[in-house]
Amino acid sequence: MKIDAKLMQRIFFFLMGAATIVIVLPVVIIFLIILINGIQAITPEFIFSLPRQGMRAGGIFPAIIGTLYLTLGTAVFSLPLGILAAIYLTEYSSENWLRRLVEIAIINLAGVPSIVYGLFGLGLFVLFLNLGASILAGSLTLSIMTLPVIITASKEALNAVPKSFREVSYSLGASRWQTVSRIVIPNAIPGIMTGTILGLSRAAGETAPILFTVAAFYLPTLPRSVFDQVMALPYHIFVLSTQVPGVTPKIQYGTILVLVSLVFILNISAALIRARFRKRKLW
Amino acid sequence: MVAKIEVKNLNCYYGSYHAIQNLNLEVEKNEILAIIGPSNSGKTSFMRTLNRMNDLLPDFRMEGKVYLDGLNAYRDIKHSALRRKIGMVFAMPVPLPLSIFDNVAYGPRLHGVTSNSKLKEIVERSLKASYLWEEVKDRLVSPAFCLSGGQQQRLCISRTLAVEPEVILYDEPCSGLDPISTAKVEDAMRELKGKYTQILVTNNVKQAARVSDRTAFFLMGELIEIDQTPLMFTAPRDKRTDDYIAGRFG
Repeated sequence: MKIDAKLMQRIFFFLMGAATIVIVLPVVIIFLIILINGIQAITPEFIFSLPRQGMRAGGIFPAIIGTLYLTLGTAVFSLPLGILAAIYLTEYSSENWLRRLVEIAIINLAGVPSIVYGLFGLGLFVLFLNLGASILAGSLTLSIMTLPVIITASKEALNAVPKSFREVSYSLGASRWQTVSRIVIPNAIPGIMTGTILGLSRAAGETAPILFTVAAFYLPTLPRSVFDQVMALPYHIFVLSTQVPGVTPKIQYGTILVLVSLVFILNISAALIRARFRKRKLW
Repeated sequence: MVAKIEVKNLNCYYGSYHAIQNLNLEVEKNEILAIIGPSNSGKTSFMRTLNRMNDLLPDFRMEGKVYLDGLNAYRDIKHSALRRKIGMVFAMPVPLPLSIFDNVAYGPRLHGVTSNSKLKEIVERSLKASYLWEEVKDRLVSPAFCLSGGQQQRLCISRTLAVEPEVILYDEPCSGLDPISTAKVEDAMRELKGKYTQILVTNNVKQAARVSDRTAFFLMGELIEIDQTPLMFTAPRDKRTDDYIAGRFG
């Protein structure tokens, strides 16, 4: 039997459409459930005050601050390291075994389970380097986890700058550094920013890497230095939902809503930067 | 008198591919030399060897000597200084993602010109030299991508002129242009004659006849013959040159 080409096309359009909806559906459902159940918890008091009665009441301010500090700390370490490494790999290193080794290392680094990063951070930063459970140790651990994302995204952004631009620059007598700094980097920055923000938003939501390196179970004070422990949203959610009896769902969902919104804001800003740049880009 | 550019026993390889075979050639000061030949005859390879653009390719290797004003281009002169003296216009116009002004000012800025009045002067002079000034003088700040293909290519010539080179290499500069734009680019080249040594690689035999003083014919990485352009087109010595010019192959 020969199937009509038009019918075939219709069947496949339907399948492709269905697949797309299946992808969107979980995101929408998850977000709606969190929103509906959590929105009543969101009050100024919830966001800006300390937890009370063993976290069964009050706010989640220390956890929000903790997550913001950790994200910032991660950016401080991973941005320069990741971007410089990406520039070196794309613009300077020649095609040899060392570079291949580094590239394989980066790919494998991206595949390491996050709990392993947590234990690695515990071993290296907390114990061996004697930083203790601290913002510093947590940020460093998250940085290592984020590095492959930032390096890969930055490399892609740098490689996307047309080779012809580089050739023109060289042909006018530019040195390699002049070409990289005046042509390549300025044109790669939007792509680098998008990738880095996505990497950071992942770091903001991670639990396992901060479990042993920084996160406090209950600490109703704000950190005074980078050597202090902090509460952090992802771990706080874990604590609220499994470790403390008698926490109302409202507080649980409210906390989740805050974390998800934080990550969403980061992701959307990445998308906006990309969209804005696409409009401007003319090659 | 020393030739502007002298190439001795040049052999070029990309990996195991032998792109240029034992080539000897002299380019005289301020002449326009056209290089014609079918694709894969080594024309572009030859030109990119002169300003060492091939050095950017990882598997490129060359033997032999290239002299600029009697100086060994691969030993006595730094990359950047050499490329400053030997400018290049590429096959497809490549405006940098900058304004018209900044495109032309890119080279001078690289080499340390910072004064705005000096830059303005260089930009105006360079744009006038490539016949583009009248068309763009009121919109120097708009992006170079907004120009038409022919205008972009003349912008690229201006950008090359702005670093005050002594030699200009054109790598099939009109391959993407319509006849009117092509004529304007050729006008620009004729206007620059006498002040610069120009080497034009072209697939278009008629273009070589229109603008060049001498013509060289390349085939399969070899220089078949080189002569005064009128002679070359009326009485070539080699049968293969005759066949190519007459359009019997290539």
